[in-house]
Amino acid sequence: MRIKLHHPAREVELQGPKPVLSILSKLGLSREAHLVICNDALVTEDTVISDEDCIEIRPVISGG
Amino acid sequence: MKCRRCEKPAAIKMPRHNSAFCDLCFRDYLHKQVMKAISDQRMFEDGQPILVAVSGGKDSLVLWDILIKRGYPTVGLHLNLGIGEYSRISQAHVEKFARSRDLELIVQSYQDDYGLGVVDIAKETARPPCSACGTMKRHHFNRIAMEKGFAVVATGHNLDDEAARLLGNLLNWQIPYLKKQMPVLSDEGGKWARKVKPLYRLPEREIAAYAVLNQIDYIIEECPMSKGAKTFLYKEMLNRLEENSPGSKLQFYLGFLKERPSAFPQQIEAETQRCASCGQPCGGDLCGYCRLIQRVGAS
Repeated sequence: MRIKLHHPAREVELQGPKPVLSILSKLGLSREAHLVICNDALVTEDTVISDEDCIEIRPVISGG
Repeated sequence: MKCRRCEKPAAIKMPRHNSAFCDLCFRDYLHKQVMKAISDQRMFEDGQPILVAVSGGKDSLVLWDILIKRGYPTVGLHLNLGIGEYSRISQAHVEKFARSRDLELIVQSYQDDYGLGVVDIAKETARPPCSACGTMKRHHFNRIAMEKGFAVVATGHNLDDEAARLLGNLLNWQIPYLKKQMPVLSDEGGKWARKVKPLYRLPEREIAAYAVLNQIDYIIEECPMSKGAKTFLYKEMLNRLEENSPGSKLQFYLGFLKERPSAFPQQIEAETQRCASCGQPCGGDLCGYCRLIQRVGAS
């Protein structure tokens, strides 16, 4: 699967299928500080992302 | 995962409520949280016009969206900070939001006013950029609100902002700041516009989720001047706590609001003076903003 990341903007690839929670864990990203978007829809952490999918992991923390 | 209310597929899991919501139930929940904040803190009176400070980030645009949908009369205020491409994109997001909903928007540009942006002003005065930016924003929010006849300015500060600020103030024992840290800052009998933070019960993750679900385009990039800011570290620490013990952030901040009156009993403050230059309330002869601008002029 292709994964779009921010801060800095980049793309990484991971082998699927994998649930969202394990993708976040594999990339060392906090589930409290990120949203996962697949095909313009929010997905919950138990959603399984297949190898063909493209997802965006969007950070939600801002400077305030 | 299913929505706890209606059993449809969930869009977001919310460990702090031990639940998950679908798109529609989540919107309903989020609106109710904002309405509870407004009502608990008596932020607005019915029909009172609200000036909404909009940066182009998720929080302020979501706040504006909710206030409109709840029928509040609002006008947006965007300050272009003059931070290169970041400010250009931020303003574009705000203008797109306002245009698509036919909303009134006031745009003020530091570059147009002074020929200098926040970055230049911070450099000229040797102030940390976030500190200079905060001083300038507070001044302009108040000035424009008073000039245009708004008694209330609403900002998009969220639970993470407030909890991180509280943690920072406690770690540094900033008692004067702790005394003042509230979701509503008084208008001191009409000297200021009242500042209100209707999103103070909501974490950033839920606000960002609302933006995605409602197709609100916002600037995802962080302000380049905020790199290394302590706020990020405090938020990261609080999120680690939250992951291990869901609900910690809200408990931390609401607990403070509950205990605050007994920790800091109401005191009669010394009469606030007026700034000799701009006339806004301040603690000395000149307010922080006018001292900043004088230093820019002198350098």
